[in-house]
Amino acid sequence: MRSHPDDVSVVIAYYYEDFPAGEVVEFGDRLVTAEEIVAFAKDWDPQPFHVDAEAAKDSQIGELIASGWHTGCLLMRMMCDAFLLDSASEGAPGAEEIRWVKPVRPGDRLHARRTTVSARTSRSRPTLGILEFHYDLMNQNGETVLVMRGTSFMRRREAAP
Amino acid sequence: MIGWFEDIVIGAERRLGEHNFTREAIVAFATAYDPQPFHIDEEAAKASIFGGLCASGWHVAAAAMRVIIDDRARLREGIDPAALPPLGVSPGVENLRWANPTRPGDTITYFSRVTAKRETKRPGWGLVSMTTWGVNQDGLQALAMDNKAFVARRGHVQVTGG
Repeated sequence: MRSHPDDVSVVIAYYYEDFPAGEVVEFGDRLVTAEEIVAFAKDWDPQPFHVDAEAAKDSQIGELIASGWHTGCLLMRMMCDAFLLDSASEGAPGAEEIRWVKPVRPGDRLHARRTTVSARTSRSRPTLGILEFHYDLMNQNGETVLVMRGTSFMRRREAAP
Repeated sequence: MIGWFEDIVIGAERRLGEHNFTREAIVAFATAYDPQPFHIDEEAAKASIFGGLCASGWHVAAAAMRVIIDDRARLREGIDPAALPPLGVSPGVENLRWANPTRPGDTITYFSRVTAKRETKRPGWGLVSMTTWGVNQDGLQALAMDNKAFVARRGHVQVTGG
């Protein structure tokens, strides 16, 4: 586990200025197993089609699929590992949209693409930048399984000590 | 959001249930899915915009899903299962907002209100739109989102739970 960005022993690689509008970056490589699909769903979304491959056959999709919240959490973890933990991130106020475009199945291998939609500085907090990101999460066939549009807060480099 | 698609009443509001966030659960969830310092490290969190440890927003949203499912499980007890059809999948959520941080010890009470419903091209399934929100023990909003789910239409699907 990495230390906090304010720890002087840690170099922050990414500030607000490192996410220019229009930039497109690909990241992440995550295999999804049946075991973790079921484990997450037992804790947070215990519907038959997320926890029981047999019962899932009678469901709308007809097979075991990951909870959409699990898929979102996997994207979040990929974002953390790819850049957020090395950044001056100050969290997120929310997401304008999360769309579960296609089911995520056991054995799927996910990767992501981040597009910076807009970048502006905060009026109320001049040390903070406000970034609008669009994320596409894709499977091994290049099919988009999840789309997320969200806002992130990131400290500005000029404001760094 | 109770019953078959045909039974769902626009404007109907429901208290879904509550979820308590312990320090251990906040750190465990974030360690797995969102290990940013302000979710896993009390000291580091003090220096952040949040001023102290707080739950990952994904944790607060996942707990909303859990109370929705638990609410349906409670309703199913002692009634004819035909009165409560299975839920379908959700195409997504919009306007997800974490207006206030969720802290160790907080209990969030979740509510839902039906805002719209329409038939779809998928035979047997209608689409229901809701607003779902969570409020902490001090009355502060912890989560809000506009969510949608497919709901079975009467006479089209086998009832197997869900």
